[in-house]
Amino acid sequence: MTQWQTLCNLDDLPADSGICALIDELQIALFYVAKMQTVFALHNYDPFAKAHVLSRGIIGDVNGDPVVASPIYKQHFKLTTGECIEDTSVKIASYPVRINNQHIEIKLTHG
Amino acid sequence: MNTKKNLVVIGNGMVGQHFLAQLVASPIKDEYNITTFCEESRVAYDRVHLSAFFSGKTAEDLSLVEVNFFEQHGIHLLLGDKAAKIDRATKTITSALGHTVSYDKLVLATGSFPFVPPVPGHDRPQCLVYRTIEDLEAIATAANKSKVGVVVGGGLLGLEAAKALKDLGLKTHVVEFAPRLMAVQLDEAGGALLRNKIEQLGVTVHTNRNTQLITDGEECLNKMCFADGEELETDIILFSAGIRPRDDIARDCKLEVGARGGIVIDNQCKTSDPDIYAIGECALWNNMIYGLVAPGYAMARTVVADLAHQSASFMGADMSTKLKLMGVDVASIGDAHAKTPGALIYTYQNGELEIYKRLVVSPDKKNLLGAVLVGDASSYSTLLQYCLNGIQLPAQPDSLILPSLSAEPAGLGPDALPNTAQICSCYDVSKGDICQAVAAGCHTVGALKAETKAGSGCGGCAALVKSVLNSELAKQGVEVNTDLCEHFAYTRQELFTLIKVEKIRTFDDLLDKHGKGLGCEICKPTVASILASNWNDFILKTEHAPLQDTNDAFLANIQKDGTYSVVPRIAGGEITPDKLIVLGQIGKKYQLYTKITGGQRVDLFGARVEQLPLIWKELIDAGFESGHAYGKSLRTVKSCVGSNWCRYGVDDSVGLAIELENRYKGLRSPHKIKFAVSGCTRECAEAQGKDIGVIATETGWSLYVCGNGGMKPRHADLFATSLDKATLIKYIDRFLSFYIQTADRLQRTSVWMENMAGGLDHLKEVIINDSLGLCDQLEAQMQHVVDTYQCEWKSTLEDEAKLKRFRPFVNSAQSDPSIEFIEERGQIRPAEPSPQKHFKMVEVA
Repeated sequence: MTQWQTLCNLDDLPADSGICALIDELQIALFYVAKMQTVFALHNYDPFAKAHVLSRGIIGDVNGDPVVASPIYKQHFKLTTGECIEDTSVKIASYPVRINNQHIEIKLTHG
Repeated sequence: MNTKKNLVVIGNGMVGQHFLAQLVASPIKDEYNITTFCEESRVAYDRVHLSAFFSGKTAEDLSLVEVNFFEQHGIHLLLGDKAAKIDRATKTITSALGHTVSYDKLVLATGSFPFVPPVPGHDRPQCLVYRTIEDLEAIATAANKSKVGVVVGGGLLGLEAAKALKDLGLKTHVVEFAPRLMAVQLDEAGGALLRNKIEQLGVTVHTNRNTQLITDGEECLNKMCFADGEELETDIILFSAGIRPRDDIARDCKLEVGARGGIVIDNQCKTSDPDIYAIGECALWNNMIYGLVAPGYAMARTVVADLAHQSASFMGADMSTKLKLMGVDVASIGDAHAKTPGALIYTYQNGELEIYKRLVVSPDKKNLLGAVLVGDASSYSTLLQYCLNGIQLPAQPDSLILPSLSAEPAGLGPDALPNTAQICSCYDVSKGDICQAVAAGCHTVGALKAETKAGSGCGGCAALVKSVLNSELAKQGVEVNTDLCEHFAYTRQELFTLIKVEKIRTFDDLLDKHGKGLGCEICKPTVASILASNWNDFILKTEHAPLQDTNDAFLANIQKDGTYSVVPRIAGGEITPDKLIVLGQIGKKYQLYTKITGGQRVDLFGARVEQLPLIWKELIDAGFESGHAYGKSLRTVKSCVGSNWCRYGVDDSVGLAIELENRYKGLRSPHKIKFAVSGCTRECAEAQGKDIGVIATETGWSLYVCGNGGMKPRHADLFATSLDKATLIKYIDRFLSFYIQTADRLQRTSVWMENMAGGLDHLKEVIINDSLGLCDQLEAQMQHVVDTYQCEWKSTLEDEAKLKRFRPFVNSAQSDPSIEFIEERGQIRPAEPSPQKHFKMVEVA
């Protein structure tokens, strides 16, 4: 059973950058891409650096795919799927997220 | 048992050392025990650039021998010992100090000595020559108590020597026997123009002067009396009237020598004794003594090949030269005097710009035989290639020297050159060698230089090397894509210009006008840096913040575990005890790991994002400010303690370092920039390993540029000497502004300069002589940045909205539970991460 839960407000999100939210011990990186007016959510953990840092990466696009570049070693992760562009065998978790009435809501399925 | 043969080299000058370097790079080195005599107290040094000794280079700078060269290759060096006698019957050499060395093969590289005309009084006090570092030291000593200096001889070396006297502050004269300067290389008109230019620089030139007597002077120490009855009073006389081969040791053992001196050699550089070779200026080949270093190097290579039983011949050498004499470009190629019967001559003279060019062309107008260039030698390498490779001339040969009215220079495309064409004559690098290196992966000028050495000698071929490189890359289908990234089809330099000219203030504006997509981690920080260099807004302004790398975004340096380090500015490395205590207290309070950096400051590690504003509040209250250790910007200005305390200090290095650090702090640039200031030539601040290095001397500050440590350390180049502080700062302003405007992203000053057409000389022209007319603008740009400096941490702490970014979580006040430390040597360090723990909730939906 899963439900949408509210993390914060839209105006808590800096445009075209990332921020981190915490649910229990899970760190979720939220990215607001202003041009697309879309919020994305990825696990904050960079498996290459082995550190929780992705929310502090620069966002942009690689061939049109919106991505975040790790602030440590600069690998790119697709904001839509969590796939790593440099090493396609690596994929981090991505989460459904929506803007509902100026609230940022996420849906987690505990696996 | 040692079955090796003995090889002995007499003489460790430039050619002797080149021979050794070639030999140890060859497989036959293992066949020989190698011994070399070096009569001077120092091993080989660069005699070609000897005058640099007076503009601040030390004997070590001029050395041509890598540290430990002799030890590493097992070469027995007899330093300060002169080979006195060769006994060819017993194949032994006896030295002045009484050593006896036996040889199987012997190489004579005894060089030459300066010819001193046998004029009565030639051995009076302060009558000197210009050949060794000891000679230069004697000249410097004499100059200290002198006002006037005369150089006897208006050839290449004489004019170099005149520059040295001028640099030493003497009223300088050149006395030449022939009717013009550089009579060997130049024709009458070229010599006249050169004379005119040199006289404008304050050197008096006397031609057609035959010195008959040197005697007591009235105003000065010496007086020269000439055949025409004229007299010239002077304190110092430097003889530079040509060289004579040092062949005594060969004469004594009855080797064949020429009627006018020189050890006779054949095409394999063998003397009349097949076990003895002679190379360099002591050798006489085909009745010629070669007084240039390149033919000597060619002889050295021939001997190595002959020892290895490869067929190799020395077949004479091209005597073309290009050089800068007192800032005047002079070049001479091939048959400059048009001695070839029927040769056609084309000349171009521009009185206003003081340029003279002359071409000597074969009677059928097909081939270039020779050329003279004075005032503008930019076409030297093109003309030399025509001449050496017999490339057919264009229908109108004079088009090669006439000023081009179209933008396209009348150059010779690299494709027109055969593979055998010699591109770099200093290191004998052919076009084929360069093509091979490009094919093997050298895709930049820097990489080519490292691989082939092309362009790293006199530098005269740098532009040609670059055009061969570009042409090869294009042929191999290696696209030379200089686009910054997929979002901007421009170089960093082009973006800089767009932003400046169109007064663009934000990334989004630039992207809308000139780019596409969302941007990326390449273009965003680059554009942020360019915007900061131009307008110097607060880097965390809402529109700029998303462009910054995490270090700039959090004004601290991210570490492997996601924590940050904090580095407050400690300008010049000077800190009060009270401030040191504050750093200790803060380190203790926030449990930070502390370490002294290489830039003379203190680094505090292990700060969590939410601690950064708290730590900085305390630091700023105690009088600290941001250190910009996080930025591509000025890091530190390192200094030694200087004249306030040090008994050797010549000037106040700490004071200058603090002033420079405060002037340039916060300046955003293509890469980090490091400075250092040393208070004397002992150089305790290691200024010659920095982008900007300053060293105090008795006559003012010396400025060095484009050095760095790191992965590929590079010694800085001497840029200017005897500067007062105002001029020093002016040059640094211009240098840094020019670097910021024109360098590529993440390009240190060293690589920037090495890839610049014309290299250091061009840079000096731009910065010192304002050859591009840019300097006013460069200075204004720097002054704007200096005037708009703000401490980024102070501005951040004053803005509540900015501080929101330093919360670890948007929805919780908890600190990051994944950060863990363990203790080592009494301080914290990051614990090794445990992946399972952090991966326990992954892969959803």
